Amino acid sequence: MSNPPSGHILPGLRFKQRFPLLALILERFVLSIILLFAVSVVIFGGLEALPGDFATTYLGQSATPQAVANIRQELGLNRPVTTRYFEWLGDALRGDFGSSWASKNSVGEQIGKRLGNSLFLAGFAAVISVPLAVGLGMLAVHFRNRLPDKIINIISLAAISLPEFFIGYLLILFFAVKFGVATFPATVYESMGLVDRLKAIALPTATLVLVVLAHMMRMTRAAILSVMSSAYMETAELKGLGAFRSIVKHAAPNALAPIINVVALNLAYLVVGVVVVEVVFVYPGMGQYMVDAVTVRDMPVVQACGLIFAAVYIFLNMVADILAIIANPRLRHPR
Amino acid sequence: MNRYTKYLTSRVTSGGLSRREFIGRAMAAGITLAVADKLFTESAHAAEPKRGGHLKLGLEGGAATDSKDPAKFLSQFMFCVGRCWGDMLVESDPLTGAAVPALAESWEPSKDAATWTFKIRKGVKFHDGKELTIDDVVATLKRHTDAKSESGALGVLGSIKDIKADGGNLVLTLSEGNADMPLLLTDYHLVIQPNGGNDDPLASIGTGPYRLTSFEPGVRATFEKNKDDWRSDRGYVDSIEIIGMNDATARIAALSSGQVHYINRVDPKTVDLLKRAPNVEILSTSGRGHYVFIMHCDTAPFDNNDLRLALKYAMDREAMVKKILGGYGKLGNDFPINNTYALFPEGIEQRAYDPDKAAFHYKKSGHSGSVLLRTSEVAFPGGVDAAVLYQESCKKAGIEIEVKREPGDGYWTNVWNVQPFSTSYWGGRPTQDQMYSTAYLSTADWNDTRFKRADFDKLLLQARAELDETKRKDMYRTMAMMVRDEGGLILPMFNDFVNASTKQVKGYVHDIGNDMSNGYVATRVWLDA
Repeated sequence: MSNPPSGHILPGLRFKQRFPLLALILERFVLSIILLFAVSVVIFGGLEALPGDFATTYLGQSATPQAVANIRQELGLNRPVTTRYFEWLGDALRGDFGSSWASKNSVGEQIGKRLGNSLFLAGFAAVISVPLAVGLGMLAVHFRNRLPDKIINIISLAAISLPEFFIGYLLILFFAVKFGVATFPATVYESMGLVDRLKAIALPTATLVLVVLAHMMRMTRAAILSVMSSAYMETAELKGLGAFRSIVKHAAPNALAPIINVVALNLAYLVVGVVVVEVVFVYPGMGQYMVDAVTVRDMPVVQACGLIFAAVYIFLNMVADILAIIANPRLRHPR
Repeated sequence: MNRYTKYLTSRVTSGGLSRREFIGRAMAAGITLAVADKLFTESAHAAEPKRGGHLKLGLEGGAATDSKDPAKFLSQFMFCVGRCWGDMLVESDPLTGAAVPALAESWEPSKDAATWTFKIRKGVKFHDGKELTIDDVVATLKRHTDAKSESGALGVLGSIKDIKADGGNLVLTLSEGNADMPLLLTDYHLVIQPNGGNDDPLASIGTGPYRLTSFEPGVRATFEKNKDDWRSDRGYVDSIEIIGMNDATARIAALSSGQVHYINRVDPKTVDLLKRAPNVEILSTSGRGHYVFIMHCDTAPFDNNDLRLALKYAMDREAMVKKILGGYGKLGNDFPINNTYALFPEGIEQRAYDPDKAAFHYKKSGHSGSVLLRTSEVAFPGGVDAAVLYQESCKKAGIEIEVKREPGDGYWTNVWNVQPFSTSYWGGRPTQDQMYSTAYLSTADWNDTRFKRADFDKLLLQARAELDETKRKDMYRTMAMMVRDEGGLILPMFNDFVNASTKQVKGYVHDIGNDMSNGYVATRVWLDA
């Protein structure tokens, strides 16, 4: 079939046909930006809907009407919601998250430190858990329905069934209190050396690894198993390829898409969803920062945290989608 | 060692007894000279503060939103941080609660107690080397009393009309007489800062025993010893590290594994478990904080005093202290004052659980049907349990209570001081006058029981300006009786402050003023190797 004459179709469509991958990525990117805007509206609206505003909540039981009025006046809380939203949005677009209402510190600066801490912990946990999960998944497939498979399954299912704070407490009880080998609390601070830092985060990292391991491992196992039943795997077996080699070489690449997806989801969780772990281990990350801010309705902080969390989620999902498309060329031409 | 000699040695340990006195009394109690001498040396040795070491505290209450500006101190964490680097004009005596000199050396009221003259200490240096002057003091107080101020002390200082320097002295003119003025200046927001903190409220420069070396809000604060401290009876450790730990289990784990020396807010529910740890000491101090059930006196059905009395008699206070506080607390008597206050009205009969009397008053009130009580875990720890316990004790008096559990978020905005019957708590105040003025004066913003009586208000203002202590005590007694018998307050218990330390921590002062040795814990203890 010959190409239709170029003058007859829209330029956008032509671009899409010529660079299908690039077009898809661009499309995803634009969608992500729109999504972020939607999220910012939801965050702002949600905070407005919470009972009590900053002035009353921050001062708590020691709020005199005078002090409350002073704070409202100073922060301009008396102005309409829409005005405040667009002002905030304008500043945020320029990368200025303002300063915390409560502490008057620059939110950007604070988030810089906190996000650094969160990414450090999440990165460390990811570096350990992702290869471990994928490797264990392959092992489980190799030994499927035999003892090693069952042991891997039972242990990882047990870990995922326990709430993360409970795993954390168990690790603290044994490794910090009973044997005294691990550092607790996992408080890190600026002047801390790398070795001390790594020691400090050993227990929270272990907790996180245990929490995310099972999900990724089981998805890897399931995805590879479903590929294993296809015809070309039979061919691989018939041509005499070793069992483990056929898993690594032929099955795993074709099972990549779902694995990438679950890995991205878990990475996002490691950054965004570790509030409980941060609280239990007294780790100064983003989650703890946001919780503190929500408690006193420190809007600039909550909004900035919410936006960054959303961005992390959206970004990782986008990357997962794109990688999945690259891994599976058939997805490039949706019908 | 018998009880008397134990008492004597403890007096030595707290520094109240000389060798001669001790040996004399111990021998009179039948102890030989040699033994008495040895006992004295041992207990005096135990009393002698050791210097040096690195003290680590794990405290609940820190948040990323904490501000270094003393005017905005709010959390337990900042309360303790502020006490390390700053001084107030006046401190309160840990045992009696009376005002004692700090940066103010002495003070003198006018006859009507409406003008106060404070003599400011000389030769005190700020951490930056600058000497403390009267201008710094005046600027500090002016900053906290400015009508536009966001200071947490604004309410306390509301009656100050004029602040001025007179020679080296500070002169405060009040809108009405107030015999408690010096005690009001003990408020932890009123840290004296260079030029009142107007230049840089966040600089954390003060005259206290420690300098702030690093601070990350909600995470950690570190201090080093201030070598130029004007006092020698505090600041024993070389350096301090305060770590924010909002999770109760994390605090307990950190303490029992020896990673920190002291934690605050030990949950009464787990205190017995913590006690079993070999190196841990529970530090429980009587306090002024109280857990309350509040009824609005002006809202039906609580506008009927018989119903209010019925609900008071139906409260099983002993069970509350035992089950909700785990025994770490004292019985309340339906007025917000206990014997940790100066001029406490003694000899008022303790109200006890009496289902018959409750039933009698309930019948007399003519009320029928259930009474709605709103509660939440944030009202006080165990708030919901307490409400259910109360429901049970009311049932025996034939009163039906409907317990409604409200969300913790927004409880202080939507329920407390809004709904007619709810659970709540009050922290103590430095003086009886302040406690009553905050919550029982007709015009008080926080009159959460809607207790509005002209005769009570009049008595309160009279007592405030009365410098004669006997007369004042009488007035406070009358006021206590009014609140107890006619008010809308059911006060089952005063909660103790329950903290814990490792056994290395010595010299802990049980201060009735406030939690954590009135915030001074880090500056008062020392570490025994």
